[in-house]
Amino acid sequence: MSLLDYFKITKANSTATIAKERLQILVAHERSFKNQPSYLPQLQKELLQVIQKYVNVEQDAISVNFEQDEHQETLEVNIVLPEKSR
Amino acid sequence: MTRIIVVTSGKGGVGKTTTSAAIAMGFAQKGHKTAVIDFDVGLRNLDLIMGCERRVVYDIVNVIFGEATLNQALIRDKHCEQLYILPASQTRDKDALSQEGVGQILEELAAKDFEYVVCDSPAGIEKGAHLAMYFADDAFVVTNPEVASVRDSDRMLGILSSKSRRAEQGLEPIKEYLLLTRYSPERVRIGEMLSVADVQDILSLHLLGVIPESKSVLTASNSGMPVILDEKSDAGQAYADIVARYLGEDIPHRFIEEKKGIFGKFFGSK
Repeated sequence: MSLLDYFKITKANSTATIAKERLQILVAHERSFKNQPSYLPQLQKELLQVIQKYVNVEQDAISVNFEQDEHQETLEVNIVLPEKSR
Repeated sequence: MTRIIVVTSGKGGVGKTTTSAAIAMGFAQKGHKTAVIDFDVGLRNLDLIMGCERRVVYDIVNVIFGEATLNQALIRDKHCEQLYILPASQTRDKDALSQEGVGQILEELAAKDFEYVVCDSPAGIEKGAHLAMYFADDAFVVTNPEVASVRDSDRMLGILSSKSRRAEQGLEPIKEYLLLTRYSPERVRIGEMLSVADVQDILSLHLLGVIPESKSVLTASNSGMPVILDEKSDAGQAYADIVARYLGEDIPHRFIEEKKGIFGKFFGSK
């Protein structure tokens, strides 16, 4: 291994660099969940119960997403209704 | 005023108990009346690291259940008369701790004029860990320069900022400090280990100190002496720096750079 190879490894391809990149992505992802209100799972469950009283939907037909930026918080509820049975 | 410090990490085996024992001894050596509490019910080990395992009669659960007074359960350290240890229970269920019980113990310690109470958290994020951090004023987040530990520390930071007494009551948040342990500057240089700067980039924490990977940590635990008492060792000195820095002394960081070899001593640029 030449001296040049040695420097290449310590810069871009080192395992420490890989570790840092992986952690930065992971931590950013996990922090985005951290600020979600704790009532979301319960809200999702109760909404589903109400909808199921009127429409025959599956468990996974509803998704609840919470997003936050500097100016506003958005609660997005998405319900997929079943195709009309004939 | 009593200051409550939690030593926490999320991940196990990163050096929480070693750190708790060392900093508690450090505060006491500087003349501050200090108590160190083991919150790891069922897996107590602080008594071993402090070298008082044969003097344990009562524990924190006995105090909470009224089976012993706090005075009966506190063990006075044999090296330093300003230091007291409150051991965890080895036999009880880990759910034996209660928030109310822990709160009462901390109030009683404040009434007895303890200046620092160090809470040695168990690993994980369950009840013991929750109660160890709940009443804290400051958090020492012990992290190894390693992916799993950094991730768990970040998770712990989220819990400190949302589930603590200070968070619930809308008080000033817990002050969080980074203690980077088992650090190896040699491995950082050759790209095998995350650097101090890398970990700080990810966690955005105030660095209280770096403790180098050191043989003295194991030898200190072998003989039941907090490593800070080994004043010649690098880890002992690193903990002494951390204690002084926390108490407000302006001490430059050490142990981040490699020790200079014989060539460095002769030809070193700085």
